[in-house]
Amino acid sequence: MTTYSTNEFKSGLKIMLDADPCAIIENEFVKPGKGQAFNRVRIRNLKTGRVVERTFKSGDTVEGADVVDVEMQYLYSDGEFWYFMSPETYEQLGADKTAVGDAAKWLKEQALCLLTLWNGVPLSVTAPVHVVLKVADTDPGVRGDTSGGGGKPATLETGAVVRVPLFINVGDSLKINTETGEYIARAKE
Amino acid sequence: MRRRAALLAEARAFFGERGYLEVETPVLARAGAADAQLAQFALNDPVLGTLYLQTSPEYAMKRLIMAGSGSIFQITKAFRQGEVGRFHNPEFTLVEWYGLGYDHRRLIAEACALIARLVPSLQASARIISYRDAFRDALNIDPIEDPTDRLRAVAYDCLAPARKLTLDDRDEILDLLMSHAVAPGFATKALTVVTDYPASQASLARLNAQGLADRFEIYRGSLELANGFHEASRAEEYAERFAREAAKRRERGLPSIDPDHRLLAALTQGRLPDCAGCALGFDRVLMLAMDAAHIDEVLAFPIAQA
Repeated sequence: MTTYSTNEFKSGLKIMLDADPCAIIENEFVKPGKGQAFNRVRIRNLKTGRVVERTFKSGDTVEGADVVDVEMQYLYSDGEFWYFMSPETYEQLGADKTAVGDAAKWLKEQALCLLTLWNGVPLSVTAPVHVVLKVADTDPGVRGDTSGGGGKPATLETGAVVRVPLFINVGDSLKINTETGEYIARAKE
Repeated sequence: MRRRAALLAEARAFFGERGYLEVETPVLARAGAADAQLAQFALNDPVLGTLYLQTSPEYAMKRLIMAGSGSIFQITKAFRQGEVGRFHNPEFTLVEWYGLGYDHRRLIAEACALIARLVPSLQASARIISYRDAFRDALNIDPIEDPTDRLRAVAYDCLAPARKLTLDDRDEILDLLMSHAVAPGFATKALTVVTDYPASQASLARLNAQGLADRFEIYRGSLELANGFHEASRAEEYAERFAREAAKRRERGLPSIDPDHRLLAALTQGRLPDCAGCALGFDRVLMLAMDAAHIDEVLAFPIAQA
């Protein structure tokens, strides 16, 4: 396993901390001219998503985390696991509920997602930023109202609920921003 | 670059008005700094052997003073290994000066006047506080008298991010508290001068009647700008402080550095004349003058591009 010294710290570096894989967000070198040097580091725990601050003595070493990001295509879910396939190697992987998290409600077959793997096991799944999904259920559309003012909830084919303009009908395809969970536009078939 | 040139000219004018002589001393020298906290670049010359890029011009300037130079200043490059960050570049510019007949009090006033001239946006009046009072105000502990166990307990207690650190060394704990809890509370629009350091952090400052070091550090917010001493003057003091740093180096498995024999030899011929000396981080002062957030902004070619 690789180890890193504090002077190799930079944002994005993946290290092990308290047995969890983490990513360095920010690293600040603090040193009194005549005294001990420290590294003040802000770190995201890749399992929980929580951000913590940690101080190291400069020169300390930590174990690196075998964490990689890969693009994979979503195949299907059996309720317990969500299965993905690498478009290059055709290797298949199952991600559990914790790893998939909120991304689950945006996943439609063949969507190209970003999987963060730790020792080959999915840690987290990021849905594509923009997805096109069909409306499964919503109140009937109000003809003529294209202002976008007001709005109503619509349930999409994946189960996600988003706020949409009043003129949207069941069966419409919508373009959604998965980061904000907001409706962007009606998509052409 | 223009601003750098203007401030360099301003600093030279400041010292010129006060009768200081500008000097140059070697950046590359046979002796390295004793200080266990400084990692230095060692170079190997096939003829001369190991040479060090100087971490500060202190030893050479003291040799000049012993040779009768009078009050001197220098603006020079200094080098410290592994120091890279928002406020650190391994190669940086130091303004270092020694006032003959000065004590640290008088030097503090002069250093603050220099900084105020280079950074007019700072409030004119500096707050002078002892190391002890700075810790008392911020953490309600006594950094001089309290047992190490108590200091460690406070460090673990108030600095959650440091809880996993092994803290054996008293000065290490004090450095941690100073940089993480005490200095961050200093004023950001004015200078804070910390004085009367614990004897264990005296470096080459003389000790006063209370057993504390006549050493000072000038801060702007938590940023350290300058460090100064009422200089120790006797050969025994230097030999003892060098030996202490050498012991620390051995303890930590760091490469040993030969003490500066030429300085020690000069000191055995006679004391260092009564003087106080100060080193000012010029790049950091320039950062303040230009309101820069990163030292890279004030360097023509920071280390990543050098």
